[in-house]
Amino acid sequence: MHLATYVGLLHSSLRTLADAFRAVGDGHGEEPDVKTTCQVLAGRIDGQVERLGPIVERYGEHRESEPERLRAAEFEAGFTGARSGGVGLVRDLQDLYALTSFTDITWTVVGQAAQGLRDQELLDTVTAGTQDTARQLAWLRTRIKEAAPQALIAAHG
Amino acid sequence: MDRIADIWGPRTPHTPGAAWPVRVDQHLEEGLTESDVDRWVQSACVLCSNGCACDVAVKDGRMVGVRGRAEDVVNRGRLGPKGLYGSWQWSDTDRLTRPLVRENGKLVETDWDTAMDLVVRRSKELLNEVGPLSHGFYTSGQLFLEEYYTLAVIGKAGLGTPHMDGNTRLCTATAAAALKETFGADGQPGTYTDIDVCDALFLFGHNMAETQTVLWSRVLDRLEGPDRPVLVAVDPRETKVAQHADVHLAPLPGTNQALMNGLVRELITRGWVDHEYVKAHTIGFAELKQTVEPYTPEHVAEVCRIDANDLRRAAELFGTKDRVVSTVLQGFYQSHQATAASCQVNNLHLLRGMIGSPGRGVLQMNGQPTAQNTRETGADGDLPGFRNWSNPQHIEQLARLWNVEPLTIPHWAPPTHAMQIWRYAEQGTIRFLWISGTNPAVSLPELSRVRAILRQENLFVVAQDGFRTETTELADVVLPAALWGEKHGTFTNATRTVHLSEQAVEPPGEARSDLDIFLDYARRMDFHDKDGDVLIKWKDAEGAFDAWRECSRGRPCDYSDLSYERLRGGSGIPWGTERLYGDHRFPTDPDYCEDYGHDLLTGATTTPEQYRAKQPGGRAFLKAAEYVPGPEQPSAEYPFVCTTGRTVYHFHTRTKTGRSRRLRDAAPEPWVEVSAEDAAELGVAQGDVVRVESERGAVEVSVRIGRCRQGVVFLPFHYGYWDTDSDEHDRAANELTATRWDPVSKQPVFKVSSVRITKREG
Ligand code: SF4
Repeated sequence: MHLATYVGLLHSSLRTLADAFRAVGDGHGEEPDVKTTCQVLAGRIDGQVERLGPIVERYGEHRESEPERLRAAEFEAGFTGARSGGVGLVRDLQDLYALTSFTDITWTVVGQAAQGLRDQELLDTVTAGTQDTARQLAWLRTRIKEAAPQALIAAHG
Repeated sequence: MDRIADIWGPRTPHTPGAAWPVRVDQHLEEGLTESDVDRWVQSACVLCSNGCACDVAVKDGRMVGVRGRAEDVVNRGRLGPKGLYGSWQWSDTDRLTRPLVRENGKLVETDWDTAMDLVVRRSKELLNEVGPLSHGFYTSGQLFLEEYYTLAVIGKAGLGTPHMDGNTRLCTATAAAALKETFGADGQPGTYTDIDVCDALFLFGHNMAETQTVLWSRVLDRLEGPDRPVLVAVDPRETKVAQHADVHLAPLPGTNQALMNGLVRELITRGWVDHEYVKAHTIGFAELKQTVEPYTPEHVAEVCRIDANDLRRAAELFGTKDRVVSTVLQGFYQSHQATAASCQVNNLHLLRGMIGSPGRGVLQMNGQPTAQNTRETGADGDLPGFRNWSNPQHIEQLARLWNVEPLTIPHWAPPTHAMQIWRYAEQGTIRFLWISGTNPAVSLPELSRVRAILRQENLFVVAQDGFRTETTELADVVLPAALWGEKHGTFTNATRTVHLSEQAVEPPGEARSDLDIFLDYARRMDFHDKDGDVLIKWKDAEGAFDAWRECSRGRPCDYSDLSYERLRGGSGIPWGTERLYGDHRFPTDPDYCEDYGHDLLTGATTTPEQYRAKQPGGRAFLKAAEYVPGPEQPSAEYPFVCTTGRTVYHFHTRTKTGRSRRLRDAAPEPWVEVSAEDAAELGVAQGDVVRVESERGAVEVSVRIGRCRQGVVFLPFHYGYWDTDSDEHDRAANELTATRWDPVSKQPVFKVSSVRITKREG
């Protein structure tokens, strides 16, 4: 059974995601809404990681390096600090969007397996996780849409 | 009559449901009697959102007095201390009478042509160089409807910039946001006559006794009359309201959402829910129930540091009384999770079906007198006529009305909120900022930052006001504006009552009405529609009002059957019906609603598709959110929670009330309120000067002991620097507050800053 691989993937992608939200929040302290919202969302992702505990115990987990690679690519190499300026904010939020989408589809895959296994606890965890991910994506989309015109048109230099 | 000492005046109690008796308050300049007055001119007071109707006394071309209008539904003749002593007394003291421009770092007097040429030249340069996104407008809650609508058309159809908001963002944005989230559109559901018949009154973060004194007189007439309603106050301070309350809940600032979740939970678990109503008229009960489930009275008591039994008692009163009225104001609006907490008040009413009939209603209050109009006309972060920025049909309607291309009207995102406008200015992407009728250098949070932004070389600042203020001193061009009594116009109070305010006297010197200034700018900019005709076709206030009537036609705030003629004489008239939602159909239809809503926790917008899928069909939304602790918690270094607010004797940044001798003498200097326990621990006594300091700045003020709960201190926010000699920035409460806002309404969090207090040596 490869569920363990996916539980592992989910587990580490959630951790990566929480770290990434915190990093972007801290890096954009001058956008107080970004900072606060990133912290709130990161806190909720921590909660999901915790809820994943019993699932990990039940099915085990097999760590994949995929999200680590994602993190390396998007958040560490290029992320010695936040990118600056309006465009930098848009880009950082866009990276978060990509990472969140990765988690989103991972939840979907695990959710499908949960249906097959008729595991109600796992299903509930997946439902909560998917809702939270939808909220993250919705916020990112909202904030990116607001910021983009000013960043792309009015910023100079 | 002395309304400084006797703020609320003599009682006129009445039985529930009887008309509120008339009591006429009047004040004339010293030495004058009624027979000296040449004429009385109809208006309404602009010193808070109550909008008390009054007549202005004129003698020899000067305003010399004011008298409440007995026939008006809002005040039935009454006026409070600000109305009586602050309405006109400023009118000939150090007014701005000529335009000023900055030359070699100094503001010097000039003529209108020179000043406007400069404004228009810079405006055109930036339009060529960058485009409309370089322009931002920060307006007021104190101009007239006609002026806001004109400004909105200039911004949205003339320039095409989304960057326009009012200082209403600081005072009433949450009222609008909470109404939109719950009911689908802005619009005050209740009316003041509900207070005359209710048997329970809940004031959520609303220090009504100081903010709307005449409304509090109305409440006192019930509290001291037969069949007294019960009163519940939610306020961290022991205000006059709290002293009259049967239950006073004093949650720690920043914990309102926990408290509200607890109240809603009690209603649900104790069975005080009208399930039939909920099923027929609302959406979201299951989620609401699930969200509030963890908020047991004990849990809430711990988070909010209140007594669990007080919470139970308050919930029981809400759950069992037959006619419940709630009002909400800054204690909720200026906290984090502002919209979520205010929506919970709406939810309490919906759960009981307690809305739309006499004595059953919600009043999401406003702060400033004309804030309602900023919201209606789209001079804040909204579109005119409560139109929905993400509904293409609504954009079409505006485009047709103004005869411009729909793409001209920015609607790719909600219009930019004030805090973001200031951020863009700070980043140098807004380079032209036009401030009208407000004083951000005292009223915005984190003043050192605001001053730094206003001083930026690459930001061209136009400030339009009646006086020199802390803000005009940092502007590049200062335009002298006519004020209340010196121009015509209308405005709408917190219960949708529209008043006509006639011109009583000529403006001083060369001062012009805000309307004339905006029209002059539009003319010089040569804004035209897509057929090449002039964009703005009106030339005076009545013309602007008539254009607005057309714009609002068919929308929830429909003014089409109002006119200057109808508003002249008699009482003010509300738009809509006296109270909204008597038929329990809410404006949530996707084609009609003002907004598709947000996630209350993050402010993420609901997409049109998601909204349509809910098929609201006239039902209201029971929105829910968990409580999250505020971003700034007391620490060892900054152990106190500081909350800012109002005093009964002043309005806004005191530009008017500080120029009235009586009001100035009643509250000449700022202070800090500290509980007796904290004062003892700090070793300070009444009158001692202390330094109150946050991470962002400090003030030095004298101590007043009492009224706050332990660990909480209070600073009045009205005081700035125009009437001090020193160059220190040590008086304004907003030196301390943080740049931070509610995720949905974007209203700044003035009510929660961590501070330390030290006794000043010597
Ligand atoms: S209650 Fe408000 S509107 Fe009425 S007189 Fe006082 S300040 Fe003016």
